[in-house]
Amino acid sequence: MDSIIESFSKALSLILNLDRELREIIFLSIEVSGTALIAATIIGLPVSALLGFKRFPLRGAIISMLNTFMGLPPVAVGLFIYLLLSRSGPLGFLALLYTPTAMIIAQTILAFPIVASLSHSAIVSVDPIIRQASMTLGATPLQISLAIIREARYGIISAVIAGLGRVMAEVGAILIVGGNIAGFTRVMTTTIAMETDKGNFELALALGIILLTISLLINLALYFIQKRGVAGVNR
Amino acid sequence: MRLGIEVSNITKKYNGDPILRNCSFSFKKPGVYILTGPNGCGKSTFLRISSLIEPPDSGTVIFFSDDNPVPADLQLRRRITLVLPKVGVFNATVFRNIAYGLKIRGIHGREAEEKVNRALEFVRLSHKKDQNGLTLSSGETQRLGIARALVIEPEILFLDEPTASVDQKNSLIIEEIILAMKKENGPTVIMTTHDQSQANRLADTLLVIRDGVLSAGGDRK
Ligand SMILES: Nc1ncnc2c1ncn2[C@@H]1O[C@H](COP(=O)(O)OP(=O)(O)OP(=O)(O)O)[C@@H](O)[C@H]1O
Ligand SMILES: [Mg+2]
Repeated sequence: MDSIIESFSKALSLILNLDRELREIIFLSIEVSGTALIAATIIGLPVSALLGFKRFPLRGAIISMLNTFMGLPPVAVGLFIYLLLSRSGPLGFLALLYTPTAMIIAQTILAFPIVASLSHSAIVSVDPIIRQASMTLGATPLQISLAIIREARYGIISAVIAGLGRVMAEVGAILIVGGNIAGFTRVMTTTIAMETDKGNFELALALGIILLTISLLINLALYFIQKRGVAGVNR
Repeated sequence: MRLGIEVSNITKKYNGDPILRNCSFSFKKPGVYILTGPNGCGKSTFLRISSLIEPPDSGTVIFFSDDNPVPADLQLRRRITLVLPKVGVFNATVFRNIAYGLKIRGIHGREAEEKVNRALEFVRLSHKKDQNGLTLSSGETQRLGIARALVIEPEILFLDEPTASVDQKNSLIIEEIILAMKKENGPTVIMTTHDQSQANRLADTLLVIRDGVLSAGGDRK
């Protein structure tokens, strides 16, 4: 009991002093997950629009696949990227294994199906009357699509935030492809896993508290955005 | 100068069920045309087809300007508009809802603002300008629909049951708006209603659809 309290107070003092190592780990986490999220959004949004507005063969299959991939186990993705990037792998010549870039690639793969699939759901659940209304007002096909995306905006933002929640919290993929190298590929979740293993609870706890706070903020943002999305509806 | 429509031999089936059969009419004179008929007789369908939102199975809808046919392209579609019975309000302020038609025509800033304000005044919604359009009452929603249509200065305005889910007071306001448009040499109005006395008050030309067939129910001018 005493040791838990002691670890807690040491963890708090680490946070309050913004220890340099702690700072670097947090920044790298945000950099890796943030970049992955941006990449996933840049690819995922056009894909969701394509799936929402165009009819083409295999569309249904792609949608089911994205839905399935929303729940991809991070370790499996990590392993897959590892095999691709390992020295004897097909992309080994890029020498990306155990770099932040490898971690970004893995997390992009994890976030992409979430961003694409949830955005697609948001787009197709916009009331069809919006399409008709903008058509009656003289919109071009592109302008009609933009009007629909605009109506889906809160759902799309929620999709992006859900993607962020996913990558900020995962440890399996980045641990495998990043290797948890101190000062280079060490991020919050991997550090927590390792330091706990070593019995070094202060740093783990400090990072755990910060991670929890971030995840709380993400969910709070999600809550407010979803609330705003339905704010106007009275019919 | 003024846009007219020649609807010829329109037929429309839904799931093999004939809704409109060989409907023809010529909307050439300006004024208010009122279309009545029982529920499900095809009034809304007729409006969607004549406003180029939906194609007919057979027959033609041809627009004329001074007896010259006008090709049915985007440019023409932007000279007419249909207010749907459920309006289709965007999740945005009343102001932005009304400005939409201007925005997609590349009209922004001061010019757009002035036009929107005029439309708001015309339908008596100026005080609701900054409210989310989705929070309006049914009567206000219909007026929003009309303002959003009027702001683009259509030459033909189709109104599908603008007073269906609206109380007496709002219904009269909407009638006044339509009469005011007529007085100001506004658009040709082609409108549906279930209210026979309203039809008599507003119509220059009465039309009725019965068993899928459109006929003139008397010229009141
Ligand atoms: N998209 C559609 N698909 C299938 N059936 C349709 C469709 N649109 C309309 N119908 C059918 O066509 C018939 C005519 O519908 P329409 O909405 O034109 O009638 P209406 O005269 O406007 O009726 P109301 O007075 O109730 O508004 C109805 O039986 C309706 O169910
Ligand atoms: Mg109808």
